[in-house]
Amino acid sequence: MTSPVIDVSGVDLTFQTNDGPIHALKDVNLEINKGDFVSFIGPSGCGKTTLLRCIAGLETPTGGDLKVNGLSPEDARKARSYGYVFQAAGLYPWRTIGGNVKLPLEIMGFSKAEQAERVRKVLELVDLAGFEKKYPWQLSGGMQQRASIARALAFDADILLMDEPFGALDEIVRDHLNEQVLKLWARTEKTIAFVTHSIPEAVYLSTKIVVMSPRPGRITDIIDSPLPKDRPLNIRDSAEFIQIAHRVRDGLRAGHDE
Amino acid sequence: MTRVDTKFERIAYPVGFGLLVLLLWEVAVMVFGISPALLPPPSAIGAAIFGSLPILWGDWVQTVVKGALNGLWMGSFAGIAVALVIDRFAFLKRGLLPVANFFAALPIVGLAPIMVMWFGFDWHSKAAVVAIMVFFPMLVNTLGGLADTDTMQRDLMRTYAAGHVATLLKLRLPAALPFVFNGLKIAVTLALIGAIVAEYFGSPIRGMGFRITTEMGRLATDMVWAEITISALTGTALYGVVALIEKRVTFWHPSQRG
Repeated sequence: MTSPVIDVSGVDLTFQTNDGPIHALKDVNLEINKGDFVSFIGPSGCGKTTLLRCIAGLETPTGGDLKVNGLSPEDARKARSYGYVFQAAGLYPWRTIGGNVKLPLEIMGFSKAEQAERVRKVLELVDLAGFEKKYPWQLSGGMQQRASIARALAFDADILLMDEPFGALDEIVRDHLNEQVLKLWARTEKTIAFVTHSIPEAVYLSTKIVVMSPRPGRITDIIDSPLPKDRPLNIRDSAEFIQIAHRVRDGLRAGHDE
Repeated sequence: MTRVDTKFERIAYPVGFGLLVLLLWEVAVMVFGISPALLPPPSAIGAAIFGSLPILWGDWVQTVVKGALNGLWMGSFAGIAVALVIDRFAFLKRGLLPVANFFAALPIVGLAPIMVMWFGFDWHSKAAVVAIMVFFPMLVNTLGGLADTDTMQRDLMRTYAAGHVATLLKLRLPAALPFVFNGLKIAVTLALIGAIVAEYFGSPIRGMGFRITTEMGRLATDMVWAEITISALTGTALYGVVALIEKRVTFWHPSQRG
């Protein structure tokens, strides 16, 4: 048995604010194995984004233990162990799409030839071949978010962390991108952690669904999905899918009633 | 239905209006018999310009090229450089910035006699006044620009484990450019004012400021107005050049995309 890629045990995080301390995460325990697609779902304030940021080493837990690839999150970040996709695409407007995807490669010191090759490859992967020379503001929101995914994939880290990447997009675009993310996951075999507040999105994408609740932010349920790896969009009408969605909804409601 | 002005109309309207003002001025001077010492007619100013081109050229080189432009590049580079240093070290922001703000509030033209004492009558003292004048708007604007990145953009650089220099070159400097150009547009205007006014406090026997004071003393107001006309044209041209470069360099900024 190999050790988990991301190992969260007893993690606590309290923010000190002017209005007193905020208990953002309380005793969070979670194992994410290689090749898992894990979704964090919960209402706003449940700490799902905070947990993702802790894994990324962007926040530091105040208690507990957190290991990424066997390293502390800080060291894992410095070792460039993950690609991170933010809520907004956040592409630099002064760079072309190709230039944006190239950004991490430049910083990490890849050779020029390698940069060009990787940019070409990941843009193809997210269906943006031919848009390399366009500027972000010339593209739709969905295309911008795809470019930001390509940027996170460019340096080929084994882990992909995604923080509500499609939250700002309309449902039709979102469905399409969900399908693409699944294809991408199948082709690259990456370990993906995905934050969302959409139940269908979580159930459709994940092999493991982590249901969270606010005040204090904590995990109320972890569901291992029985759905097959190959998922057409219409799987969402199957009885199994609806059953899992129910369990997620129950978990969310239980967290609220307490 | 409204229609967009053609290029010809955009130029023709202001030019036509300007000519009308000149015509009214000419007629008013004639009709009311205003003394040319008080207000010479535009025709006399035009005659003064074309009658003394070599003198005006010599003055222009002395004041604009040697005084204003030298001071402009020195002050601008110094402003940007000091901004980068202050930005790098937090204790300087606390210690140096208030001092800089204090100096920025000084009426800097008042320093001109001191600069003449330090650097002599020639253009060096004028360049010094100009450099000090443009230093502060460049410093303040560059600092503002460097602070103008959002948390997500900085977090993105952290996920790449990018250091201070990489973050500065790839993110913060490009993001600061629109602010730097705003500073530069203020600076070119100040540079011209500074170079001319500084000559009032002592100069060799050429220069636009020198000419304005001496010709005024002889009540040769047509020559004074000739210099004012040249300085107005120069100011407009310098501003136009900066705006043109700005459009080229920060084409990606929403204010320039049009």
